[in-house]
Amino acid sequence: MSSEPEITWEVARSKPASFYSTYERKDELQHATHYCPGCGHGIIHKMLAQAIDDLGMQDRTVLISPVGCSVFAYYYFDVGNVQAAHGRAPAVATAIKRSRPGSIVISYQGDGDLSAIGSAEILHAANRGEPLTVIFVNNAIYSMTGGQMAPTTLLGQTSTTSPHGRSAAHEGYPLHVSELLATLEAPVYIERVGLGDNRQIAQAARAVRRALENQVRGLGFSLVEILSPCPTIWKMSPVEAQHWVHDVMEKTFPLGVLRDRTQTAQAVPAPDPPPTLSAVPRILGVADTGLPEGLPRVADVPDVNLQMRVAGFGGQGVLLLGEVLAEAGLDAGLEVSWLPSYGPEMRSGTSNCHVRLAREPIDSPLVTHPDVLIAMNEPSLRKFGSTMRRGGWMLYNGETLPEEGSSKDVHVLARPFTQIANDLGDARAGNMVMLGALLEIAGSLPQTSVESALGRLVRNPRWLALDESALAAGRRLMRESRAEVSHAG
Amino acid sequence: MTNTAHRDAGLLRVDASECKGCGLCIEACPPKVIRMDETLNSYGYRTARYAGTGCTGCGICYLVCPEPGAITVLRATRPRQIAGVQARP
Repeated sequence: MSSEPEITWEVARSKPASFYSTYERKDELQHATHYCPGCGHGIIHKMLAQAIDDLGMQDRTVLISPVGCSVFAYYYFDVGNVQAAHGRAPAVATAIKRSRPGSIVISYQGDGDLSAIGSAEILHAANRGEPLTVIFVNNAIYSMTGGQMAPTTLLGQTSTTSPHGRSAAHEGYPLHVSELLATLEAPVYIERVGLGDNRQIAQAARAVRRALENQVRGLGFSLVEILSPCPTIWKMSPVEAQHWVHDVMEKTFPLGVLRDRTQTAQAVPAPDPPPTLSAVPRILGVADTGLPEGLPRVADVPDVNLQMRVAGFGGQGVLLLGEVLAEAGLDAGLEVSWLPSYGPEMRSGTSNCHVRLAREPIDSPLVTHPDVLIAMNEPSLRKFGSTMRRGGWMLYNGETLPEEGSSKDVHVLARPFTQIANDLGDARAGNMVMLGALLEIAGSLPQTSVESALGRLVRNPRWLALDESALAAGRRLMRESRAEVSHAG
Repeated sequence: MTNTAHRDAGLLRVDASECKGCGLCIEACPPKVIRMDETLNSYGYRTARYAGTGCTGCGICYLVCPEPGAITVLRATRPRQIAGVQARP
């Protein structure tokens, strides 16, 4: 044997750069996805990331994550990410593509998301010919929720909601979304591929890349449906599930190109920029009378910067308290946000809202570290007390603060606000007593703004009178208590 | 770098902390040079392991693997100069 030349190795295939190097979702799973062994999502994520790498468009890609197992795609793809409500990804993608025409927008959706709750959104996005790329992952079942029947479930296939197998007579036939969309005029490219064997997977990767290239070229709507294994819910080994795609699923959902107008399609022109504000009266054919009178001048805007959380049980008026405050802020010319968060219960249950008032534009309506907490019951105190900023104010609806209620350096006013309201005539006005106390803290919010907000939100005169007296009682209570307010911690 | 293992056109690395032992690479590998390790990784999965020789560098294992970084495929940069090994284009 002759002397051998020194061999050097170069990396031919490795993790695409469009993935994050570590995943921050959980402390213990920083290098592996949350997907089950053998899940098709991982394979599709990789071919998508590889195509983004190859086309050199990581910096202008926006991926829309759906609801379903791939809801956490934003933890993996190092691109722009938006997570959409169930089925709404094509609508969100439309908005992003139209407002940022230079972005490459990808709607990534499963079959439950796209073909059931989101059937309207995908139909109309396709019919409008939105220049998007849709990756439609079809595993013929609802997986994340434990295996219920989907519109795509095969005839005879068992699921938790079709335990005897899907029957055409009672559950209808599997929905062929790609074929349906291919009846529309606008779509440019629709192909169904599978993950049933090596050859199919290679073809799927080519199709995903083509669907992205179409968008780079400015062509219209592209969709790739990918038949994808779900070993866990199908109760198969990963290799059996792969074979099942090839041997069974493909018979119901034949692979192939259903629409290809990429050779003849013209690039979709970018939408016109929106008109300027001053052009609107002319467009609408109305007289230009300028801005309506009565809007406060900026110089009069009070100096308020409030990040507040209001929490209690449903029925205590938690949301109304926040709404009155936000409306009052609007009236005073402030930037405001009011974000309610509550369960499906109409009564009881827990309820809270985030409220922000500021002179400057508000970046996020979320208040994760409030400087004012209004806790209308003890569970709310336990839940949010520890999140408060130092130096903030905590108003607690109770005689005394539970011992472990607050560990931080915050001002505390613990009073039986509900009882005070009861003495005034109705315990349900406790929220307004607390709001009154709060208004003393945020002193610069004009009383007239609060009164006009309350008048708009509370229409019943009897209640309005009661609420006004409750507000006054709260203000009085705060003024009297200022000196003795405990300084915890 | 002149031992016999490196006469192959390809080389395979499996990151045991990412592999979940699904076995799709073992099924997909044309020369069948990937095995399942008997030992468990820290998450409790048996993981895929390269047999040590025979990799052609085709990259199919990478393509079918569901974990983004579990498999890295390397190719010899000058395979034609190696005696006794047919280089793949």
